[in-house]
Amino acid sequence: MTRLLLSTALCLAATGALAGKAFVSNERGNTITVIDTESWEVIEEFEGGNRPRGITLSPDGALLYVCASDDDTVRVFNTETYEELYTLPSGPDPELFVIHPEGNPLYTANEDDNLVTVTDTESHSILAEVPVGVEPEGMAISPDTNWVVNTSETTNMAHFISTGDYEIKHNILVDQRPRYAEYTSDGRRLFVSAEIGGTVSVIDIAEDGTPTLKQKIGFEVPGVLPEWLQPVGVKVTEDGSRIFVALGPANRVAVIDGASLEVVDYIMVGQRVWQMAFTPGEEFLVTTNGNSNDVTVIDVAAEKAIKSIQVGQQPWGVAITPD
Amino acid sequence: MLTRLMPLLAAAFLTVFAGLYAPAAQALEVRAAVLRVDYPELLPISRYDLRPEDLAFAGAALAEEDNATTGRFLGHSYETVTRSTTPEEAEQAMAALLADGIRYVVVDAKSAELEALSDQAAEGGALVFNTRAPEAALRSDACRANLLHVAPSYAMRADAVAQFAIWKQWKRWLLVSGSNPEDRALAEAYRQAARKFGATIVEEREFEDTGGARRTDSGHVMVQRQLPTFMQGAEAHDVVIAADATDYFAAYLPYHLWTPRPVMGSAGLRPVTMHGAHEAWGATQFQTRFEKLTQRRVMEEDYNAWLALRVLGEAVTRTSSAEPETVEDYILSDAFELAAFKGQKVTFRDWNGQLRQPLLLYDGRITVSVSPQEGFLHQVSPLDTMGLDRPESNCTAFE
Repeated sequence: MTRLLLSTALCLAATGALAGKAFVSNERGNTITVIDTESWEVIEEFEGGNRPRGITLSPDGALLYVCASDDDTVRVFNTETYEELYTLPSGPDPELFVIHPEGNPLYTANEDDNLVTVTDTESHSILAEVPVGVEPEGMAISPDTNWVVNTSETTNMAHFISTGDYEIKHNILVDQRPRYAEYTSDGRRLFVSAEIGGTVSVIDIAEDGTPTLKQKIGFEVPGVLPEWLQPVGVKVTEDGSRIFVALGPANRVAVIDGASLEVVDYIMVGQRVWQMAFTPGEEFLVTTNGNSNDVTVIDVAAEKAIKSIQVGQQPWGVAITPD
Repeated sequence: MLTRLMPLLAAAFLTVFAGLYAPAAQALEVRAAVLRVDYPELLPISRYDLRPEDLAFAGAALAEEDNATTGRFLGHSYETVTRSTTPEEAEQAMAALLADGIRYVVVDAKSAELEALSDQAAEGGALVFNTRAPEAALRSDACRANLLHVAPSYAMRADAVAQFAIWKQWKRWLLVSGSNPEDRALAEAYRQAARKFGATIVEEREFEDTGGARRTDSGHVMVQRQLPTFMQGAEAHDVVIAADATDYFAAYLPYHLWTPRPVMGSAGLRPVTMHGAHEAWGATQFQTRFEKLTQRRVMEEDYNAWLALRVLGEAVTRTSSAEPETVEDYILSDAFELAAFKGQKVTFRDWNGQLRQPLLLYDGRITVSVSPQEGFLHQVSPLDTMGLDRPESNCTAFE
């Protein structure tokens, strides 16, 4: 009987279907930490290349893509064995990327070269290089996949690139040092964080994709210098009711009401909170905290931090396997 | 009739031009200049401080590229001319720039020339960015409505050092200054910083500038014997503060003191606007862009010129105007902000035209710390804990 149970357990573990995994890139440690999203235990830490930052998964959860910034390449790992399978040409100093919902292609921001590189994830070749503003960083793809948005940190714009011909069709000026872009699931709204400007720009998207700046959301926390309220990562719930914004050295995640666009709460997390990811079903939100070397798990419904987990040195990004 | 027609023609031309880039945006052509006044100077103590031919101009070239990349999306184009001149010919050089229609001039010059050039530029309706002169007077009684200061003042640099010393609890200072007027002005800034932040100057010494070459083939032999005796018998102190704005002796202080103490100020730990190894807050990208373009490392003068032109570019981007009055109003307004690889936005003091910015404390290899230090608070901005605050400035030109 015990043998039977054991073998069943082994079976389940081998398929990996039950246990979700959070992959955390540790920028300084040059490693990837793997966390079981059920037990919230660290189950593995493996080499991630030099200065791993941007991190994402293939839609089926089988492949892990990591921007190894100092290697000028994207490393691709097997999410079960953690073996490095191959690298993808990414252009120099890749920092953040976004993957097409069907898994191909991959759109990468190259900070040093003012380019967005489009990489075919199957043929492993570069499909296009799109010149954008100075220091491209944030990347997002519209839910209808017609647009890729890139934010450039020194130009302070969101560039709207058509995925049809890789031409920039629209530019929207936002505040200083835009870091991250995130669409609502219906594609009718885009949020862009500006780290130095201290704001999140709300951009409404018309039927034909034309963007219009609607407003900017500011932040205020008693006892925290306004200079340290530096928005970076942004996540929007599927129903659009809540927007979570990581505030960097303010060590807090702001909770914004999707309808009123007012900040309703600030959740204390670890130090220098950077990027975030939801677990499937949006039960939990995981934040990377670069200066306390941990991640915080937020209960999304309760809007409370429930746990922190030590990871590698200076965690930067996080990706969580789909169901 | 002709004068009325000209702007119309220009506008028509620009509109056609703009169509090539961004149909919706209004075309603008922004022309600026960097005017560098070169003075007869002795060679520096260290070869690392030799002035490259393209000093300041290299920073301007990068700024032009950065501005142009942004401008491309808006139909704004940027052209920056660079001129080096002597103190005697500076007036002529400025006249030529103004005659050429340039209304934005970054001036890398000492105080006397800067004042004259600013007045000359004012008559031509031009805005001047000071990227060198650190004197307090320029930010107070001698301020000018068309003169913005990107260069930090002596007071900002001294306060940056003072805050770090206080944070370290190094409150007893031995102040060693040079004998030139600039050195004495810098020493005065350290005295004020000591009063402001609660340090005590236990003793002052002045190291006389006797002229002559600043380094010789085996000069260290004499330095090693003479400096310790000069530093002998001082009151008990935690740190040596060096005020050597003319760079003739401070570099020799570390390791040649009588009492082993850290040196800060003009040697040891120095307050700078930028250095070639600074990497935090995305500065790595700034460094690599600069090096790719210019084939050398960045120096403070380059960064200052880059920053001045980025201030201009940012104001043009946000106002869609290339009119000096509109641009300056915006720069001095609350709306203005700019990211400058310092971890927080840089802005301007509307009472004296001084750019607020953090300063890097640099040991010659790495960023050791960045001021303002944690815990130094201010009702407006922590950056206003460094330099002349509103009540301390007599400037009325911006009212």
